[in-house]
Amino acid sequence: MSEIALPKIDNSILNRKSEIVKKLLKLTNIENVLSEADELRPYETDALSVYTQTPLAVVLPENTEEVSEILKYCHSENIKVVPRGAGTGLSGGALPLQDAILLGLGKFNKILEIDYENKCVVTQPGVTNLGITHAVQHKGFYYAPDPSSQLACSIGGNVAENSGGVHSLKYGTTTNNILGVQMVMMDGTISRFGGKTFDQEGYDLMGLICGSEGLLGVVTEVTVKILKKPEVVRAALIGFPSIKEGGDAASEIISSGIVPAGMEIMDKALIEATDNFSKAGYPRDAELLLIVELDGTDSEVNELIKKVEAICKKNNCSSLKLSNSEKERLSFWAGRKAAFPACGAMAPDYYCMDGSIPRGKLAEALLEIKKLSEKYELPVANCFHAGDGNLHPLIMFDGNDKEQLRKTEEFGSEILKTCVRLGGVITGEHGVGIEKRELMCEMFNDNDIQQQLSIKKSLDEKNLLNPGKVYPILRKCAEEGRVHVHKNKDKFPDLPRF
Amino acid sequence: MSTKIKINSQIFQDSNNVYYPKDETEVSDLIRELYKQDSPTEIIGNNSKSFIGNKTQSANTTSLSKISGIIDYRPEELYIKVKACTPINEIEQVLSENSQELAFEPIDFGYIKDGKSNKGTIAGYLSCNYAGSRRFKVGSVRDHVLGFKGVNGKGDIIKSGGTVVKNVTGYDLSKLIAGSFGTLVALTEITLKVLPKKDSSKTIIVYPNNFEKIYDLFNKLSSSSSEISGAVFVPEQSNDKDFSSKRNTVFKFNDLKSNISFVAFRVEGDKISIEEKISNLKKELELNNSDISTLDVYQSEPFWKKINNLEVFEKTIHNLIRMVIPPANGSKLCKYLENKHNYFIDWCGSLFWIEVNSKKEEKIKDLKKMANDFGGYLTVIKTSSGYDYGEPIFTVDKVRLMISEKVKQSFDPKRILNPGKMYRGV
Repeated sequence: MSEIALPKIDNSILNRKSEIVKKLLKLTNIENVLSEADELRPYETDALSVYTQTPLAVVLPENTEEVSEILKYCHSENIKVVPRGAGTGLSGGALPLQDAILLGLGKFNKILEIDYENKCVVTQPGVTNLGITHAVQHKGFYYAPDPSSQLACSIGGNVAENSGGVHSLKYGTTTNNILGVQMVMMDGTISRFGGKTFDQEGYDLMGLICGSEGLLGVVTEVTVKILKKPEVVRAALIGFPSIKEGGDAASEIISSGIVPAGMEIMDKALIEATDNFSKAGYPRDAELLLIVELDGTDSEVNELIKKVEAICKKNNCSSLKLSNSEKERLSFWAGRKAAFPACGAMAPDYYCMDGSIPRGKLAEALLEIKKLSEKYELPVANCFHAGDGNLHPLIMFDGNDKEQLRKTEEFGSEILKTCVRLGGVITGEHGVGIEKRELMCEMFNDNDIQQQLSIKKSLDEKNLLNPGKVYPILRKCAEEGRVHVHKNKDKFPDLPRF
Repeated sequence: MSTKIKINSQIFQDSNNVYYPKDETEVSDLIRELYKQDSPTEIIGNNSKSFIGNKTQSANTTSLSKISGIIDYRPEELYIKVKACTPINEIEQVLSENSQELAFEPIDFGYIKDGKSNKGTIAGYLSCNYAGSRRFKVGSVRDHVLGFKGVNGKGDIIKSGGTVVKNVTGYDLSKLIAGSFGTLVALTEITLKVLPKKDSSKTIIVYPNNFEKIYDLFNKLSSSSSEISGAVFVPEQSNDKDFSSKRNTVFKFNDLKSNISFVAFRVEGDKISIEEKISNLKKELELNNSDISTLDVYQSEPFWKKINNLEVFEKTIHNLIRMVIPPANGSKLCKYLENKHNYFIDWCGSLFWIEVNSKKEEKIKDLKKMANDFGGYLTVIKTSSGYDYGEPIFTVDKVRLMISEKVKQSFDPKRILNPGKMYRGV
């Protein structure tokens, strides 16, 4: 992956760097402003590490008032600002700009209040997703959305991306699990949407902010809903002799009225790769592997398992194993969670795609991808969040071979276009960022995009907050859009990606 | 109306000068023309909920009621795509044939309006975003909208979302449209997530004797792994005989003592798991030695319908308030309301329906202050005939109002769609 178009650099800002840094030093503590080349380097990219840019300066404010003062100053001086959480995003949403300040929320790392009576946690945005669950799990509670990077990704970033996860089928994504946010607008105005209640009346501004990829405001506080852990959780590991039979079983489980806590699919290439990598004990003879997780009370789970078993048998499953302990359940997931690193071990590079399709089209999509794989002569491994039709095909290639790189890009684009053709969308959970920006016109026409840009303009008139992200700037549907990992050098190699 | 502007002879207009565009293109043509002529319009569906919100100041009325019908229902994909003004009854009927439902449990506002069932259209319902008793478990209306199409205040046809549940492509405008009272977009098409209907349900009735006990029950219910899907408190208000008698009539069930205060909670699922959950909950709530009643499925279903129809406030001529607060402050509010205003509590302690039998707006002002102090909000859903709107019927702070004005501007720069329906200037 090569060049990407970014907003035109404002040289007058570059020339004023020392003056700007001086002013920032007045707005926050001295150690919170980074401006030397070696200090800036760690912030040059997020988890879409193929693209790098050096920011003008990095500022790490410590409280909402500082964020407000910094934004107010940048607004009055026409300085662009790129907000950043933990930098684990896969679509380049936090890619810095040379003439922009990178506003890191890393120092907002405290949980402010745990309120069991109202079933919520008030937290600063830099707290990790898993950090919230860790804070309440001793009382049997948890925070439901579980993106694979939950160990490192911040809740503020989750709000920006409307992050999902394996369990979003039953429990929803971030937008369904937050109650309120405090947000600072580009002009420094501090606002609060929602609180500890459901459904604020008036415009659902919290719903608008969630998933807006840092374009509309900087979130400085989040109130999340916490849930009681289910009494029983069990998983089933089911092998199928063909893609069609496995895909059909997955969609029949949903259409029969079962809502599993999670339902994942892996194809043969990935079954072998992950089993080699994590020794998960997967059925290697299967063409397709289905992991179904069910939760609830004891009898509820047993009842559901019986139904799942019956559907899978009807669809000719070749193997079926149920978890009989928590240890066994986690071992079922071990392979699935190792999907990305396992691909990294098989090829010098891989691209991870992220599209969504109607569940009933799973088998069709898999067969289509298989055909494309043959056409482009590039191996592909597939893992899907089958329950909600979210696909993550991983295309393997050698980035040093320019021809292979070109073919991979074409292949990836064709996959996303296939998703749209099958009635789906270009991104299910990774966000648009810079990565899929130019593919927006595959889904939206001019009116649709214009309306979204009008909202942006109404809340950030000068287009200073995270410019160049989400909306096409080339105004042509360029064929881009993948996560590129070279020699398994993901920026966060230790994070499971699924 | 003499000031009426002739818009487009192709669009049907009835004798009351109400426009009835028949499809998305006609809605677009009409609004584009109104935009050019700076002439605002009220947007209505089938008028079931038009009493909610401020009266709009507009020269025109546009009814979207002809934009009706199911476009695409995919039970196996758990979605239904409908034209915006499809009646909710029609949608529920089709879903029911496939053992599916709208899980947010639409409230039937017809009962408080004039005593007759009228759930209205899905566009109207989405525009209000008022979910029923299952809210705290399954989310609100906004959580069940996958996408929409509609016409903004300039006459442009716009869309957002799609038919899949996992979708982060662009701003999530479906959320913004929910609860916007038709002030941003004239809706033409809505895609909803649907869910399987539960096999059965049972409702347990408990008769607690003080507010702390009630909230202790609510707290334990919402902290349990044995999920419930509804929890209400219906108080006895001994000083109001009319209310007491209404209450006793509405909640007249064989197995319910309707003449004393009660908490009711619902358990849904297959029959075995219902029994298991009830047994767990009895232990957790320490109910084994208490006086409780059980409503079987034949009583449980109508009971929750009556709750969601607000039947206890049927044809009310008073102000009806919907207040939502964090449940931890609920018992304080109960003490304030006791024998002062008629009310009942839904959403496991969070949603209060309060009838304010007074033309004096101070009473509503007091309640609004309490809602704010408790970290919640209130809306005057139905106003008494003497209400002069001196006290705004919605709750909004200055910053949110300022942002709302900006958002309105981005969809509807000339304030053509339902101006003033929610706030002045929006």
